[in-house]
Amino acid sequence: MSEINTGGGGGKHDGGKVRSKKASTRVDMTPMVDLGFLLITFFILATTLSKPSSMTLNVPDKTEKVETEPIKASNVMTVFLGKDNKAYYIFGKAANEDPEVKTVGYGYEFRQALLENAKKVGGDKFVVVIKPTKESTYKNMVDVLDEMAITKLKRYALVDELTDSEKALLKDKAKLNI
Amino acid sequence: MPAVKIKRASSSVDMTAMCDVAFLLLTFFILTAQFRSQDAAAIETPSSISGIKVPDNDIMTIGLGRDGKVYFGTDNQNTRIATLENVAAEKGLSFTNAEKKEFSLLSNFGLPINQLKSYLNLPKEQQAKVKQSGIPTDSTGAGANNELKSWVYNARKANNKLRIALKGDNLAKFPEFKNVLATLQAQNINKFNLITGTEAPPAGWTADK
Repeated sequence: MSEINTGGGGGKHDGGKVRSKKASTRVDMTPMVDLGFLLITFFILATTLSKPSSMTLNVPDKTEKVETEPIKASNVMTVFLGKDNKAYYIFGKAANEDPEVKTVGYGYEFRQALLENAKKVGGDKFVVVIKPTKESTYKNMVDVLDEMAITKLKRYALVDELTDSEKALLKDKAKLNI
Repeated sequence: MPAVKIKRASSSVDMTAMCDVAFLLLTFFILTAQFRSQDAAAIETPSSISGIKVPDNDIMTIGLGRDGKVYFGTDNQNTRIATLENVAAEKGLSFTNAEKKEFSLLSNFGLPINQLKSYLNLPKEQQAKVKQSGIPTDSTGAGANNELKSWVYNARKANNKLRIALKGDNLAKFPEFKNVLATLQAQNINKFNLITGTEAPPAGWTADK
């Protein structure tokens, strides 16, 4: 390791002049470096490195009633978020018209279904209605909203009330008691 | 011919340069450090591809634990004290200065207002052991027992620039989220941020501006 020079720098020679002892100008830096790196390690670990990101969610104003023209059921894909990370969707038909209920997982499968249906409708007439049930988790909802961001579908709505016919449909086709 | 002497390198290394680098890095990390705050409950957020960063200042965080408990916190100590004073005035309670000071150190909490006073008087190590029961909410968002309503309202009164961030756990059920949503909507707050982790978007995806 590095040296610390003591002695040898002067001393009394026999009968010679008394020389002042010259201290070495070199200081052993090793402990200082140790300390420096210790503190660096501490600060790296204590700092929150990756800051979380956030997605904005805008919900419609409840007090303001905007009259909009009704949307045709043929352009609507209704997604129900069920339990055990499964989503169910109906497309093209209202819940009381005996539609086919399809089951998808979140992620790639769901994205494909979205894109496929969006293509069938074409243009920007395609509307997605997201209906989380009480069995679904917060993660499911964020996942679906994220899929909307990925597929860049702008027209979607988060609706938390299920109609009676939808409840009956889910109970009948998806064995989901809500 | 004399024997070839192998030149011996000195075993001592000059540490000065290394020391310089170490302390330069140290200075950098000290200056940029933001300490992790002690949270009332561990919340594991889902991840999204959204690249918007959560703002550092003027932010109110509503946490939603995996068991559906609701937590509340603001970023600034002065805002916290002002919020507590407003809520106390609304509920007809009073807090001592020591309690207010203690409250200003809580980054978030999940207690009904009537348990808050006794909690603040506990020593630090015992505070950590308290099982926080969550702030009461309801499904209409405007009920008499909805305390989240008054916290949100009074925090905004204390600092009207506050933005609202919702931090939900992966496993939190939707109905509890709906209660929080209803509470915010009842106060005409229709825009807020959902705090998520960051994940990479699928290949070939680009954000459109």
